[in-house]
Amino acid sequence: MSKESRLDNGLARPEKALKGGGLLVLAVVAVLFPQFTSDPAVTNYGVLALIYITAATAWNIFSGNTGYISLGQAVFFGSGAYAMGIAARDWHLNGDIVFALLPLCGAVGALIAVPFGLIALRVRRHTFIVITIAMFFIFQLMAFNFSFTGGSSGLQSPFLNWPAATYNTPFYYIGLAYAAGSIVIAWLVRRSRFGLQLRAIRDDEDRARGLGVKTMRVKLAAFTMSGAITAMIGAVWFFYLNQVEPQTGFDPIFDLTLVLMAFLGGYGSISGPVLGALIIEPLTLWLNTQPAFNGGGLSQILLGAVFLIVVLFMPRGIIPTGGEIITKLRMRGRPAVIPTTTMGPVASAPTISSGGAR
Amino acid sequence: MGRELALAIVDGILVGGVYALMAVGLTLIFGVLDIINIAQGVLVILGAYLSYSLYTKAHIDLFVGLLITIPAMFVIGVFIHWAFIRRLRGTERTSMTLLVTYAVALIIEGILFKIYGADNIQISTSYTNSSVDVAGIYVGWIYIWGFVLALALVAFVYALLYRTKFGRSVRATMQDETAARLVGIDVNRVAALTFGIGVAVTAAGGMVFGATNAFNANSGYDLISRLLSIIILGGMGSVGGALGASLFMLTLESVVTIWQPNWAVLVYYAALVIVLLYRPAGLFGRKAVRAQ
Repeated sequence: MSKESRLDNGLARPEKALKGGGLLVLAVVAVLFPQFTSDPAVTNYGVLALIYITAATAWNIFSGNTGYISLGQAVFFGSGAYAMGIAARDWHLNGDIVFALLPLCGAVGALIAVPFGLIALRVRRHTFIVITIAMFFIFQLMAFNFSFTGGSSGLQSPFLNWPAATYNTPFYYIGLAYAAGSIVIAWLVRRSRFGLQLRAIRDDEDRARGLGVKTMRVKLAAFTMSGAITAMIGAVWFFYLNQVEPQTGFDPIFDLTLVLMAFLGGYGSISGPVLGALIIEPLTLWLNTQPAFNGGGLSQILLGAVFLIVVLFMPRGIIPTGGEIITKLRMRGRPAVIPTTTMGPVASAPTISSGGAR
Repeated sequence: MGRELALAIVDGILVGGVYALMAVGLTLIFGVLDIINIAQGVLVILGAYLSYSLYTKAHIDLFVGLLITIPAMFVIGVFIHWAFIRRLRGTERTSMTLLVTYAVALIIEGILFKIYGADNIQISTSYTNSSVDVAGIYVGWIYIWGFVLALALVAFVYALLYRTKFGRSVRATMQDETAARLVGIDVNRVAALTFGIGVAVTAAGGMVFGATNAFNANSGYDLISRLLSIIILGGMGSVGGALGASLFMLTLESVVTIWQPNWAVLVYYAALVIVLLYRPAGLFGRKAVRAQ
């Protein structure tokens, strides 16, 4: 946390303008992307990347800020998809009206997150991760065994009466809205007192509690937000792929992919998971279209290998590691009067005041 | 009904012994290195495939083949520690090692998929297909031999821990790494060897698992989630706890299967949640799991 904001504070005004301009250009490109091409093979990359940006950002709101690594996000993703499928089936809904159910899916995600969080957030570190994995298996098992979930054949999504040629375009914009929305939420959380409390938990939970942070309440709130967003995007994903099965809705690889995206881009920062999702999702999609990668095995090996390289050689991700390199390069020209040891406290002092805006 | 129940209990205890072997490896690694080896499940499957290949290609008996597969898995374990685990330091080490072992699991799973395909296989030999009548209950020979083997190996690990100098340094490292380092224990060597031993036992566990279950490269997920529940129940880092929890959970699952075959696996997670609500350190745990 401090590394990144330290960099922000270090930016001079023209660079800040540059950053803002860059963001604007990025937003314009993102909005106009489907206007350049309506080839479904291309827009498919965009839609899935946006879905993963949303999911990774939602993961980051909880796990990135608190340091509690959740490997159970697929619980929400799958539950959102299933909630949508069951509601649409039982209430005989078809056509565009089904998208009105998205907030309901979010509510389902939040409703699951509260008891899940109340149990899992009692423990820390390894045990928390293990509990999230266990929860994940419980949900997959339920999806397999209950009759209302359609068992192992899963559920079909309601029929959408959209022209095939531009079928992906509305999905793209829905995905974009969710991605932008979740990034804004992540940004607001980060700037708020709430975000500061979350990061205090990450740094030292007992001390945070000693200083008066209601740790359980704060953690649970972040966990619930993350769950609600993930459930909604899971429902969108369900429409996009037309069906959900227990092993695709509740997919262990999904959990791991989110973590990998966040770690690759930069764990704890806002741009990190976005960048990670933009790199990994198109890459895996493309790899899966290559004939050499048929049958799954090889793309799995590659995913694992990339993961190992990231964790071992740039444990803080591309953006922070890149930022450090840039800072080092910039420092090179200056006289080496300031020893690196005094840099820390001096530079991190404004972090506290700016981060603590309330 | 009574017979069914007796059969389920016997079955649970026999299978529980094998799970104890795999869980002891996992809990040992946790105790010494303070990491959870997510790859343990897929390593068991790797052990099963190794035994399978030795048996079908080289016609080496399953139990004799262990003389090859146990050292092989030991080397793999030491390698994983040397190549990946050893390099991780710092505050985020805990979560990092989890992710690293998860990645290792993915890679091994991918390789197994490439080599063996996605079909379920089961190792079948003369003694996996024959059974013995014990007081009216038919028990497969492989279950009995597997149980004996597992007990022998758990006893071996136990003796290694409590009767040798190496075991004393392992236990010292478990208690306090810094203090162990101060009294002259080569903590890195202890960690590497422990990781090796923890992985080596999966060779035997995998052989018995492969001879009693149909498996493919994917089966590791199911296994690791059970093993994790077991070691948390037993108290992470406690060898005796892992043994007791394995026998208890497998028996419970086996009994529940009589009524609810589809939901039996839920007992693991239910037990896990209940225990953690009331005893966050596990049933036999001394370590403060809640401590940061």
